[in-house]
Amino acid sequence: MSENILTFPRRLPRQQVAPNAVIGVLIFIATEIMMFAGFVSAFTITRAAYNTWPPIGQPRLPAGATLINTSALIASGIMMHFAARAWQRDPALARRPTLIALVLGLFFVCFQGAEWVRLIHEGLTLTSSNHGAFFYLIIGMHGLHASAAILALGIVYLKMAGRGVSEPAFRATRFFWYFVVAVWPVLYLRVYL
Amino acid sequence: MSQPAEEHAHAHDDHGHDHDHGDTGAHGHHEDGFIKKYLWSVDHKMIAKQYLFTGMAMGLIGGFFSYAFRMQMAYPGHNVPGFGVVSPNEYNQLITNHGTIMIFWLAMPVLIAAFGNFLIPLMLGCDDMVFPRINRLSYQIFLLSAIVLIASWFVPGGGFGGAWTAYPPLSAKSQYNLTPLGSTMWVIAVALEFVAFLLGGINFVTTAMNSRAPGMKMFDIPMVVWMIVIASILFMASVGPLVAGAVMLVFDQQLGTGFFDPVRGGDPILWQHLFWFFGHPEVYVVLLPAVGIVAEIITVFSRKKLFAYKTVLYTAFGTAVLSFFVWAHHQFIAGIDPRMANVFTATTVLISIPIAEMMFVYVATLYGGSITLTTPMLWALGFIGEFIIGGVTGIFLGSSGSDIYFHDTYFVLAHFHYTFVPIAVIAVFAATTYWFPKMFGTMMNETLGKIHFWGTVIPFNGIFIPLFITGMGGDHRRIYNYANFPEQWTPHLIQMREFATVSLLVLIAFQGIFFINFFYSMFKGKPAGNNPWNANTLEWQTVSPPPHGNFAELPNCYRGPYEYSVPGREEDFWPQNEVG
Repeated sequence: MSENILTFPRRLPRQQVAPNAVIGVLIFIATEIMMFAGFVSAFTITRAAYNTWPPIGQPRLPAGATLINTSALIASGIMMHFAARAWQRDPALARRPTLIALVLGLFFVCFQGAEWVRLIHEGLTLTSSNHGAFFYLIIGMHGLHASAAILALGIVYLKMAGRGVSEPAFRATRFFWYFVVAVWPVLYLRVYL
Repeated sequence: MSQPAEEHAHAHDDHGHDHDHGDTGAHGHHEDGFIKKYLWSVDHKMIAKQYLFTGMAMGLIGGFFSYAFRMQMAYPGHNVPGFGVVSPNEYNQLITNHGTIMIFWLAMPVLIAAFGNFLIPLMLGCDDMVFPRINRLSYQIFLLSAIVLIASWFVPGGGFGGAWTAYPPLSAKSQYNLTPLGSTMWVIAVALEFVAFLLGGINFVTTAMNSRAPGMKMFDIPMVVWMIVIASILFMASVGPLVAGAVMLVFDQQLGTGFFDPVRGGDPILWQHLFWFFGHPEVYVVLLPAVGIVAEIITVFSRKKLFAYKTVLYTAFGTAVLSFFVWAHHQFIAGIDPRMANVFTATTVLISIPIAEMMFVYVATLYGGSITLTTPMLWALGFIGEFIIGGVTGIFLGSSGSDIYFHDTYFVLAHFHYTFVPIAVIAVFAATTYWFPKMFGTMMNETLGKIHFWGTVIPFNGIFIPLFITGMGGDHRRIYNYANFPEQWTPHLIQMREFATVSLLVLIAFQGIFFINFFYSMFKGKPAGNNPWNANTLEWQTVSPPPHGNFAELPNCYRGPYEYSVPGREEDFWPQNEVG
């Protein structure tokens, strides 16, 4: 057995499974998915104990208006996909779709903020019921991730405009944005409907 | 064999952290200042030492707490030397913070963070972690978490006293726990600590995937690296739901929500599910690195190949997966459906099989080997012996029938100390004595080491065997003073409690020998040389202590880590990087 091991002729290159940044962000996303799974299952269990949902006296969530918002976020995710394809032809071409994705993401977060203000006026607060508590907790947690991802996208965009950004960094940011986009429909279906 | 210059850079990646190189001085040609070298370092070995010393300091605090409340158990109401009279509130705070510290600020940082940081790059033959600055951030957040925890003991109302499991409503409502600030700070400290280990875990897994020495294939990775990587994955996969629960708990404490308040439609059992969904995998998060450490030591000191390397590896993966399906065995009497209890009884009994298999593998490795009873080897053997007691008593608790009787008694307490003490104390001493020569370049004293071993292991059994008996005798946990319970205040049980406390005092006294040995050897011990134990793994093939950048020439890997006593070779060991 040892004989054929000795036939390594000389130093082999270190093999990377994927760029470090990409692996790192994928592991981070896996952890985040588990956290959202925790929130959603806690919500599901709590909701199952109620006869009516939303609880009596609590406003319904604006499912229709949020549908528009949802499509904006999904469009933003698709834009990032276009950015990735454009990058393959020429990294400079990826700038414009990234900017569009960024603007759509900003629209999503601002729209959410406006909705929150309206819901608070309608009497849905963190302490008014578990309905409000879970709504602000889960949707707020997603909004926090969306804001962080937008910040990262903004930095990547500025770097693209400046001295350029490395492919793994671009890919890692993109993956995080996909996560923010992909987790939203699940939350929408569970929390809003 | 010349070393291409760019080879050094391969361990790192040139993504957003590309300026790491200028910062790390990874090529190690200049001497850093004190702050940069000891406090602001990005060198994985220094971060490992930071984790080790912080963990040891926190362990001393946790040990002192156990001394105070054990004295209260044996001699209730008496003045405890060095502490004073333990009040009921203080008693709760002591046991809560003892548990929290020992698991989150001793077992995790020392076993995973300290030894993970120290061993992974060295054993894989690379110059540092792939994200050195994230590594530094990980330690800084960990230090902050320790400071927040310590600060929580001094705020008005004192530290949190609702047990380390923090069940609501006790943990959620300040009118019950009387610690309006302390309980929130406790949750925040634990959450910060999770962030630190998340950053560390990302580093460990990515480094192990991307930065192995050329030629090091999957089954050439030393077992301890595998175990730390599996444990990190397990931790990161299980911690999410607990973070979710922790956020909800802080909201309940500070913002007036009712997630866990049944009056307002919440569910206190929900916390138990979220907590134990993390809490049980956490047991394996700390167990697996300990098992890996023991594998390294046993193979070196019995001069034999590890028996069934691949089986151990697959078993570890199996254990990790299975550990997600056992959590509700902590809740048999919490009001869960008895049918669910049956399912969790079955999975719990199942998970004892892979662990038993690992123990058999170690016995098979020892069988027929040329065993040298050095101090690390004694600790490793001690781990196997003591952990088996913990495992066997767990079967009674995993069966829902007997657990209804044993639940929340001292039997449970003795059981999990028989698992956690071998993990967090015995395996840590095994690892410390084994890798000390590599960490500090000097040998520890063998005689003092052996005295310390026997002086730790014998009193350890002296503490917890009596507690099995008091538990079966009906001693319930978290009781401040048994004198108030006439049926538990019998001479027999009183003697058992006193015996346990005196054993603890003896155990604590013997730890002094360790610290004398540790610090004396660090400065005055005889030089260790590169490879004092004649081991195969790559960390022993560089100088002790390794310089910044670890290897003068980054090694290649030609074989598995356990090629001891290979027939036809002059030496009984065969380093992984040796060509012929």
